[in-house]
Amino acid sequence: MSSSTTSENNAPSSNDMMNGRKTWEGCSVLLDINDGDRLVFARLSNAAKLKIGNKNYSLQPLIGCAFGSVFQAESGPQGPFLSHSLPSSLQGDNTEEIKDGQVNVVSRDNRALIDNNTAQSLTGDDIEAMRRQGARGNEIIEALIANSATFETKTSFSQEKYRLKKQKKYAPKVLMRRPVARSICEAYFKKYPTKIGFLRVDTLSLLLSMANVSSNSDVLVVDMVGGLITGAVAERLGGTGFVCNSYLGKSPYSMDIVRIFNFSDEICKRILRSPISNLLSQKESPEQILQDANVCNVESQSNDQMGASVSMEEICNSSENVISDLGAENTDNTNIPAKRVCKAAKAGEKAPQEIIDSWKENGFSSLIIAAPEMDTWALVKDLLPLLSNSAPFAIYHQYLQPLATCMHNLQLEKMAIGLQISEPWLREYQVLPSRTHPCMQMSAFGGYILTGTKICSSSS
Amino acid sequence: MLANDLEKRISFKRSISNGDLVIVYEKHDSMKAVTVSEGSVLQNRFGVFKHSDWIGNPFGSKVFSNKGGFVYLLAPTPELWTLVLSHRTQILYIADISFVIMYLEIVPGCLVLESGTGSGSLTTSLARAVAPTGHVYTFDFHDQRAGSARDDFERTGLSSLISVGVRDIQGEGFPDEFTGLADSVFLDLPQPWLAIPSVAKMLKQDGTLCSFSPCIEQVQRSCETLQTCFTDIRTFEVLLRTYEVREEKMGTFHGDGNDSNVSLPCKRRQCSDGSYVVSTTISSVMARPCGEARGHTGYLTFARLK
Repeated sequence: MSSSTTSENNAPSSNDMMNGRKTWEGCSVLLDINDGDRLVFARLSNAAKLKIGNKNYSLQPLIGCAFGSVFQAESGPQGPFLSHSLPSSLQGDNTEEIKDGQVNVVSRDNRALIDNNTAQSLTGDDIEAMRRQGARGNEIIEALIANSATFETKTSFSQEKYRLKKQKKYAPKVLMRRPVARSICEAYFKKYPTKIGFLRVDTLSLLLSMANVSSNSDVLVVDMVGGLITGAVAERLGGTGFVCNSYLGKSPYSMDIVRIFNFSDEICKRILRSPISNLLSQKESPEQILQDANVCNVESQSNDQMGASVSMEEICNSSENVISDLGAENTDNTNIPAKRVCKAAKAGEKAPQEIIDSWKENGFSSLIIAAPEMDTWALVKDLLPLLSNSAPFAIYHQYLQPLATCMHNLQLEKMAIGLQISEPWLREYQVLPSRTHPCMQMSAFGGYILTGTKICSSSS
Repeated sequence: MLANDLEKRISFKRSISNGDLVIVYEKHDSMKAVTVSEGSVLQNRFGVFKHSDWIGNPFGSKVFSNKGGFVYLLAPTPELWTLVLSHRTQILYIADISFVIMYLEIVPGCLVLESGTGSGSLTTSLARAVAPTGHVYTFDFHDQRAGSARDDFERTGLSSLISVGVRDIQGEGFPDEFTGLADSVFLDLPQPWLAIPSVAKMLKQDGTLCSFSPCIEQVQRSCETLQTCFTDIRTFEVLLRTYEVREEKMGTFHGDGNDSNVSLPCKRRQCSDGSYVVSTTISSVMARPCGEARGHTGYLTFARLK
């Protein structure tokens, strides 16, 4: 298919930012190392480095490449480097392998295999010597196969398994993915589900649908899952409407995940924050304005801190931060110019009073809540009146009971109709010739959601 | 239906007017789409409803019939539309639809190709996802069905985002004018493998494909064909389990009857042996899965162009 080897630098236009097919300097990417063994979020720069095994690889070769590109970890005279591999050459052999497998699958089995650790005649020293002589990863794998006494007797499926295991060790590959709601949610769910409240990607997709998130809507969210909801909504708004990230008290909830998306300024401007008290207040009293000013200070301060902490997370070797847990442990790009680091920090400005007023006047077009640490019913009771009449809402929880109580109360108070609690179920399948079946491992739980439509309170 | 239409989007200030599409809600499993027309009436088991009584009320209002029965009038959304649209074919439901949009990575501005159009259930959600600047080109080989779909999109106000073409995609592939332009393609065809080579031509590099098939044999063949030009080939099944919520009363016992801490309604009852037992009723809200559910819709196979 179309070649993806061109590596000219292309500056991101606003269109490229969302739908861009190629990376640029300062671009955020998701690196999938050895088919999901490790998932790393990184920001590309000439100085950024990725650690695989005990070696550091510069991320510079990734700049300007197409998303979906695969890179092979190699070692050269100048040290370890990532080389862009052609997708066809990688996948081509695999399919042939499997087709061959069809023929001789029946003729071989594991009856002759004895686990006495003598099958491989190459030693660790031999491999190190090959490396020093500049052997490439694939060449080492071929040598290992040639020196394996048992390889020929394996079924082709286990030959393939063997090859894959050796490839992971001697020729690690890095797949570069676009950080979008899908890939970000999947990566967090796989590696750090607690950070996103166990919100699985199919559940997230249901929340967005059931809340009718579309361009030009004004979506109210309570996002205590790291900014995943806020980011996913902003992605669907595409630089129109608003997502209002609301919070109780004085300090906003973390929105770190929003910074992983490659949002354009246009989209960032559509992400606003507001304390719930400001949205609920009827009229601005002078006292309140004063109070707001204070809150504003606190907020902008915390925004700055957050901006700083994100850049730290992305560039340092710390292992305690949200993003670094997933990835930045491996990147070391201390030389990134400050302004590039701060660029993404624009999302989440305090909502200006005139926009809050317009929300009060027109109502929000929908509501999404993912606040595992809050009393669901108390939140909903307060926030539902802020929605336009007939506006849909979707509430996420990892426990069933808070949603059941909330649903029951909504029914008693006649605040909403079409109420439903649902739990999505997702099963992946292995599809191979004569070997199709559900995957052995599956996620048994992706959370519950309560959905419904707000009705007019005045009708009786 | 979408907030794009600034005049029609829901708001505290917006009320139902002549010509609006409303979803008449009787109960959660009984809804109907009605276009408001001043002189018309809606007749159902609750009585006769005059449309003229509806005009001027906000969306989400409860309205009454001549017999005092009532319904709610809701603003249409793609989710509600999926529940009320006329089924000309088997349709895709909400769990599959949501997952498809997310997994295909469809965002505003995308160009999406779809075949077949069927009843337009998925198409409506695709249009919502690509709005305001993207476009959905959907194809069905059935002339009349394509026409009905076109009428529906007109009715739901989505016609500026959707173009319906009459074409046999399995036989002819997608039109050449879309070569290399599609961000995503969705197939719901009996023999999707026949259309896959054309999909590979239409997609941009790293573009995404989803094929929906009810039978595993279809999946098997599609996946074999996908091997040549596609990567990241994954097959899923997604279902929803729904829950019912009730407040239930349960009795408890306090053997010797001396438990005076109970502040809930109590009943003293003399047992046959002469001793007293205090029985208390407590009520609590409980949830359990609904007894019946859709057990299978179809397999969703996703792939990405190499």
